[in-house]
Amino acid sequence: MRYSALSILRHALSGNRGWKPAWREPQPKPHYDVIIVGGGGHGLSTAYYLAKEFGIKNIAVLEKGYIGSGNVGRNTTIVRSNYLLEGNIPFYEFSLKLWEGLEADLNYNAMVSQRGVMMLAHSDGQRDAFARRGNAMRMHGVDAELLDREDLQKMMPYLNYDHARFPIKAGLLQKRGGTARHDAVAWGYARGADSHGVDIIQHCEVSAIRRDDKGRVTGVETSKGFIGCNKLALATAGHSSETARMADLRLPIETHVLQAFVSEGIKPVIDNVIVYGGGHFYISQSDKGGLVFGADIDYYSSYAQRGNLAIVESTMEEGVSLIPGLSRLRVLRSWGGVMDMSMDGSPIIDRTPIENLYLNAGWCYGGFKATPASGFCFAHLIARNEPHHVARALRLDRFERGYAVDEAGKGPQPNIH
Amino acid sequence: MTSSRITNVGLVDHSRVVKFSFDGRTYKGFEGDTLASALLANDQMLMGRSFKYHRPRGPVTAGPSEPNALVTIGSHARTEPNTRATVAELYSGLVAKSQNAWPSLKFDIGSINGALSPMLGAGFYYKTFMWPAAFWEKVYEPVIRRAAGLGKAVLAADPDRYEKSWAHCDLLVVGSGPSGLMAALTAGRAGLRVILAEQDFRLGGSLLSETAMIGGVSAPDFASATLAELAAMPNVTIMPRTTVFGWYDDMVFGAVEKVQKHVAVPSADKPVERLWRIAAGRAILASGAEERPLVFGGNDRPGIMTADATRTYLNRYGVATGRKVAVFTNGGSGYRTAADLSARGVNIAAIIDSRAASSDFAPYGVRVIRSGSIVDTKGGKRLSGIMTNRFGYDEMIDCDALAMSGGWSPIVHLMCQRGAKPVWSEEAQAFLAPDVGPLFTAAGSAAGHATVSECLRDGAVKAHAAVEAVGRLVGHVNTPEVEGEYDPSFAPLWYVPGARAKAFVDFQNDVHVDDLALATREGFGHVEHAKRYTTSGMATDQGKLGNVNAVALLAGMRGVSPAEVGTTTYRPFYTPVSFGALAGTARAEQSRPIRTSPLHGWAKKNGATFLEAGLWYRSAYFVQGEEKTWRESVDREVLNVRQNAGLCDVSTLGKIEIFGSDAAEFLNSVYSNAFLKLPVGKARYGLMLREDGMVFDDGTTSRLSENHYVMTTTTAYAAEVMAHLEFAAQTFWPDLDVRFVSTSDQWAQMALAGPKSRTILQKLVEDDLSDASFPFLAAREVQLKGGLTARLFRISFSGELAYELAVPAGYGEAVADAIMEAGRDEGICAYGVEALDVLRIEKGHVTHSELDGRTTADDVGLGKMMSTSKPDFIGKRLSTRYGLTAADRLQMVGLKPVELDKPLKAGAALLREGVEPSMTAGQGFVSSACFSPHIGQWIGLAMLKSGRERIGEKILVWDAVRSSEFLAEVCAPVFVDPENLNLHV
Amino acid sequence: MASLITCPHCGRRPREEFSIRGDAVPERPAPAASEEAWHAYVYLRENPRGKIREYWHHVAGCRRWLVVERDNLTHEVFAVTDARDMANGGAA
Repeated sequence: MRYSALSILRHALSGNRGWKPAWREPQPKPHYDVIIVGGGGHGLSTAYYLAKEFGIKNIAVLEKGYIGSGNVGRNTTIVRSNYLLEGNIPFYEFSLKLWEGLEADLNYNAMVSQRGVMMLAHSDGQRDAFARRGNAMRMHGVDAELLDREDLQKMMPYLNYDHARFPIKAGLLQKRGGTARHDAVAWGYARGADSHGVDIIQHCEVSAIRRDDKGRVTGVETSKGFIGCNKLALATAGHSSETARMADLRLPIETHVLQAFVSEGIKPVIDNVIVYGGGHFYISQSDKGGLVFGADIDYYSSYAQRGNLAIVESTMEEGVSLIPGLSRLRVLRSWGGVMDMSMDGSPIIDRTPIENLYLNAGWCYGGFKATPASGFCFAHLIARNEPHHVARALRLDRFERGYAVDEAGKGPQPNIH
Repeated sequence: MTSSRITNVGLVDHSRVVKFSFDGRTYKGFEGDTLASALLANDQMLMGRSFKYHRPRGPVTAGPSEPNALVTIGSHARTEPNTRATVAELYSGLVAKSQNAWPSLKFDIGSINGALSPMLGAGFYYKTFMWPAAFWEKVYEPVIRRAAGLGKAVLAADPDRYEKSWAHCDLLVVGSGPSGLMAALTAGRAGLRVILAEQDFRLGGSLLSETAMIGGVSAPDFASATLAELAAMPNVTIMPRTTVFGWYDDMVFGAVEKVQKHVAVPSADKPVERLWRIAAGRAILASGAEERPLVFGGNDRPGIMTADATRTYLNRYGVATGRKVAVFTNGGSGYRTAADLSARGVNIAAIIDSRAASSDFAPYGVRVIRSGSIVDTKGGKRLSGIMTNRFGYDEMIDCDALAMSGGWSPIVHLMCQRGAKPVWSEEAQAFLAPDVGPLFTAAGSAAGHATVSECLRDGAVKAHAAVEAVGRLVGHVNTPEVEGEYDPSFAPLWYVPGARAKAFVDFQNDVHVDDLALATREGFGHVEHAKRYTTSGMATDQGKLGNVNAVALLAGMRGVSPAEVGTTTYRPFYTPVSFGALAGTARAEQSRPIRTSPLHGWAKKNGATFLEAGLWYRSAYFVQGEEKTWRESVDREVLNVRQNAGLCDVSTLGKIEIFGSDAAEFLNSVYSNAFLKLPVGKARYGLMLREDGMVFDDGTTSRLSENHYVMTTTTAYAAEVMAHLEFAAQTFWPDLDVRFVSTSDQWAQMALAGPKSRTILQKLVEDDLSDASFPFLAAREVQLKGGLTARLFRISFSGELAYELAVPAGYGEAVADAIMEAGRDEGICAYGVEALDVLRIEKGHVTHSELDGRTTADDVGLGKMMSTSKPDFIGKRLSTRYGLTAADRLQMVGLKPVELDKPLKAGAALLREGVEPSMTAGQGFVSSACFSPHIGQWIGLAMLKSGRERIGEKILVWDAVRSSEFLAEVCAPVFVDPENLNLHV
Repeated sequence: MASLITCPHCGRRPREEFSIRGDAVPERPAPAASEEAWHAYVYLRENPRGKIREYWHHVAGCRRWLVVERDNLTHEVFAVTDARDMANGGAA
C-alpha cells in the first residue's frame, strides 16, 4: 500500500477504514537465512537493507517487546555527521546521505529535517578544536562552517551572550544536520522490511543461542520456540553484553543510562539543534513544539530506563545558562535510555570470533543518527562477510590491536566518552 | 449569564475582590479563586483552543490534570505559556492571554483543520509531504511547526530568583485530602518528623468541595481544624503550593514549591520557586483519584466537564458552571453532583444514566434517563444542547453545561515512576497502585478507596503502619464519623456507542476514538505504539485524564482486557516543572564555580585581561601603554622574557603533596619514566600514561625530603590526576605507604623566567642561587628576605633561565609585588598565558593541545621517557600494541609557513601538496600555533603522519573553515635554543 | 543508590559528591601477564544486568575510592566498602 497525499484523500472519503497494517504479524518459521535479534532502529534497518540491497529474502527480526521499544524511541532525534576522526566521519556522512533520501526510499515520512546542528565553542582552544573538526569534515566533503560570535548573535539572539559563565566565542555549524521523527524511523524501516518479505516477530525474546559441536551458531531459543538460522546478527544496543553473553562473548562495553527531556509545546522559537560547549547540554525543538534536550549520562552503570534528579538538575542548569529564556518554560517529561557505552566511545560493526555470529553494538549515545548506515553496513557485512568500506574502523578487535577510535580522547573508561 | 457566582457560597473570600485580565479585558474574582474559577464566575467558559483542530475548549477539570484551559500568564520576561488556569492561583494584577488561536480565541482560523479532519487522522503526516523532497523543510514543515505548539515563549532572561533545598523526614505525605490529613495527623501525634506536601494553595484536597459532614462539622471545617492541630506540632512541616513531581532512588522525592507565583511582582528577597529534594524514610501517596471523562460524540464542547470539577467549582468556589446543567454518568458521582447543584438552586436538565438501574437518588423533580447515552452535542463556543439516545430514540435536551462521570482512576503516577506498573483491577475497573514495598504506600482514593470515611480510615491505617515500622508508639487517632456519604459505585462505560461526532479521548491533542481505531487497524495497537502513533497521552497533561480511557478502548478494539493492554510508562514529572526551579541559583555567571588564583589581584592591578580556563580565570596578557591589540602585548611580553625577565602566574597548576616511605616506588609506578632515584632537592619532568598506553598528563615532581614529594600537574588535569593517584594507591598498590593531599589552592606559584631572573630573585632570596648551588632542576625550600619560607624550583617552560617560586597563597600577591619591584631595573614584565604559550611553542614543549588523549609518548617525541627497565608502570603493557607503534602515526613536528606573512592557526588540516582534499589524503593537523616575535613569523606545532621523517618537506596547510590555504615547511619542533643552552646559564 | 550513597567514612551523602569510574571487578594483572589478560583487564567487561560492583570516588567528601555493590536494574545498594579494604581482601 503506497502512501501519498492521494491515498490519504481516498481513504478519508471511505472513512479511513481501508488502511492495512503497516507490517504483518507472522508466526516464526522454523529456519531463516538471517535472524536479527533486536527490533529497534538498527535491527529493522539492517533487515530492510539486507532484503532490499543485498538480495537476502529469508530474514526474521526478533524483538522481545514491541518494535521500536528501545533507544530508537527514546532519544533526542538528532542526525548529524560532524565527527572528528577518520574512522567515524565517512560512516556518519554515509548515514546522513541515507537520511537525506530516506523518505523517498521508504515511502514513509520520517520527518528528516535538516535544521542545522550548531556546536558552540566557549574558549579559543575549543574554537580551534572545532576548526580541526570542521576541516576534517570538509576534507571528506562534509559541510561545515565555523561561525563567529556576531554570526551567532544574528542567528540565535536568545543565547546568553552577555552574562555567560563561559562566553560564546564561535560555533561549528553543519547545515545538513538536523532531526528526524524517531518513532517513525523504526516504523518506516519495519514497513519497508516487511514489504520485502522480512518477518518481524514482536514479543519474541531470545533466551539462548544454539551452537553446533564446532561452535558455529545454528539458531536461537526463544519464547516462541527454537528458530534456526544460517547467520545470527545481534543488534541489541543497551543490552549487547547480555545477548553476547549467550554466546560466551565478553564485550568492551558497559551499560549506562542517558536521560532526555521534553518541554511543554510552545510556538517555534529554536530553529536549530544547539550543542553547548560549556557542558553537555543540547537542544532542539520538535515539530510538535516541544523542546527536546539532554546533557550528561548518569555515569553509573544502569539497565533501568530512568535516571536521577542530580543529572536532571545539572541539565537544567546548563540549559538555563545557555538560554536564559528557558527559565520560565516547563519541562514536561524525562526519560532514560540504556546504552552500550563502549571503551572508546565508538560503535562496533563486526564479525565475532564465533562463526555465523555478527555484532552491531556499542552505540553509546549516538546510535540514532547512525540508524541508516548502521543497518546498511551491518547488512553488507552479514551478506558479504566483509565490512563496508565506511565502517572498516569499527572493528571488534581494534582495542587489542591499538586502533581505538576515540573521539573524546578519554581512553578506556566508558562513562566519560 | 450562564455560568455565574453564587453569593456567599464556597471557600473564596467574597469580601476580597481581585482584579485580573484575560485577553485584554478586566475581570473581577475573589481571593481564593483559581483563574479558571474566576473566569467561569464571569461566564467566560471558552479558555483555549485544542492543539490540532483548534477546537474551542473550556476547562474539563478543576485541578492539575487540565488539558484544555491552558493560558499564558504574565508578560515580557515573566511570560509563562501553557499555564493551567485550573490551578493558577488568582492574584491582583494577573494578566492572562489565550493561546494557540489566531486571530482570536473566538475566531480562530486554525479551526478549519477540523473540516479537514478525515485527512488529518492519526499519523497522517507519516504518509504524505514526501513529494517533492525539497518541499518538506521549505514548505510543509514550517507550516506544521507554526500550526503546532501551544503558547508563545518570550525567551528573555528571567528577572526572578530560584533556589534549592534539602528536606528530611520520617514520613512524607503527598496530598492533603482526607487520607493525607489523617496520615499526617497519625504520624505527627506519634512524634514522627512529617512533611505534608500539597500542590494546591489551600490544603484539604477533596474535603474543600465535600458536602458530607465529618465528626459533626463541615468537611472544610474538619480540614481546617486538623490542619491547625498539625501546624501546632513542631515535628510536622506543612508545605502548601508544593508539588511532589518525582520519586527517585533511595526514597528521595523531587518537589517544587511555588513561593511567589501568586503575586504580580515578586519580592526580590524570596525566590519565586524553590526546588526541594525530600529525603524521606517513608512516604504515603495520598494524591486522590481522578474522575474519568466519558467518551461520547461531541464530548469536548466548552461547558462539558467532569462531575467532580462541576462540584468543585460549585462547592469550593461558589461558581455554577451553567444555569441548566445536564449530568451524564455511569455511577453515583453524577447524582452527587446533581444533588449539590440542585441544593444551590441550579437547574438540572436531566441525569442521563448509562445504567439500567441504580439505587442513587436524583434530586426532587429531576428527570433521570436510564440506559441513556449522549451521541452528539451542539453549541459553538459553549454547549447549548445534548442529543441523548435511549433504545435508539433520539432526544435533544437543551442545557448550557454538562457534568460527566465515567468512574474513577486512582492517581498512582509517583509510585509508577521507578519501573513498577499499575495493576488492573476488574473489581475497581481501574489501575491500582503497584506494590513497591513497605516504604512507599498509597492511601485513600489513591489506593482505590472511594468514600470519605474509607479514605479517612485508610490514611490513619497507612500512617499507623509507618509509625510502627519505625518503632514508635501510635497515639490514639479517632476516625471521625461521616454523614452524607454517597454510593461511589459505577458501571464501566468506556465508549458510548453511536457517536455522531468525534468522541475525544485526549482532549488537548485532539485524539479521538477513530484515531485509536485507525492505529489498531494499522498494527499500532500496542499501547506504546498507539500513544506514539496517535499522540494520545503526549500532551501537557501526559494523559492524566485520557490514558485509562485510551487503554480500555484499545482493549475493546483488540478484544482483550485492559490488564493485557497495560499502561504506558509513567515518568517524571507528575506535572510540568519550570526549568528555572530545577536550575536554581546555578545560572548565568553563577552557572559554575569561579576559581581565581591567589595572584588574581596582582594580575588585575598589573592590567591583566583574563580568560576562562576550565573553572579558572587566568591572566591572558597585560596591556601596557598604547598597545591596541592583544598581539602587541603578547609580542612584547615574549620578547621581554627572552631578553630580560617576566613574571607569570602559574598558581592554577595542580599541586599535590605526596608523603610516605613508599612514595618513590609509587611515583615510579605512575610515571612512565624513572622516579625511584630522584635525589632530594631535585625536580624531574614526568609523563603519566593511561593504562591504554596513551599520555594522560605531564608535569614535574620534586623531592623535598626523603619521604616528601610535591607534584605539579597541568591546570586542566589537576583533579583527574589527583583522583588517578588516589585510585592507584588504594586499589593497585594498597600496601604501599603513600599519602596525598591536593594543595593546589594553598600555594601561590609564579614563574620567573628570562636571563635576568636569577639577578632579580637573588635580591629577595637569602639562599645562594648561583648555578653551582641552585642548578637547573634544583628544587628546595628557600628563605625569602623577611623570613618567609618558600619553595623554589629551577624549572622552565619557556626555555630560558627560569624559576618557579611557590609561597603560601596569602603571601602570593605581596611576594609577586616584591618581585616586580625588585625586577623593575632589570626590565621585568608581567606575562600571561598567551605569552607562556608562545614561549613553549617556540621551545616545542607540549600541552594538552598535543596530548589530546590519542597521543603516545613517542608521538610527541618523548619516547625516551618510556622506561624500558622498569617492569611495570601504568600504561606500559598496552603501549606496545601494534596500532600504538605503527609507522604512520601522527608525530609532532614544527611548522613554518613558507611565506612569512601567512598566519598559522591551530586546527588547520595538513595535506600533501597538489593532492585533492579527502579524508585519506589527510596528513594531520596543526595542534598549536602562534606568532613568534623571536622568529618574526607564525610558527606552529603539528601532528603529522610519520612526521619526523619529513623534516624539510613542504606541506599544504588547509584551513577550509577559515578560508585559508598555504604551504608550510615541516621542521623540528624547536624554534629557539635547540641545544638548551639558556637553561643552564 | 544514585540519590544517596552511604559512605563508610562519611555516612549518607548525596550523589553529587561522588564520581564514578566503572566496573570494580577486573583486577590489574601482573606486569608479565599475557596480552590477552591485559586486554581483558583494560577493555572487556562482564556488564551483567543485576548485581555489580562499581568504583565510586567520594570526591567531595573523604576522597576515598569506594566499591559500591549494587543492582544496576533496581538501583538497590547492598554494600559500600572502602576500595583499599576490598583490595586487601576485606569485604566482598
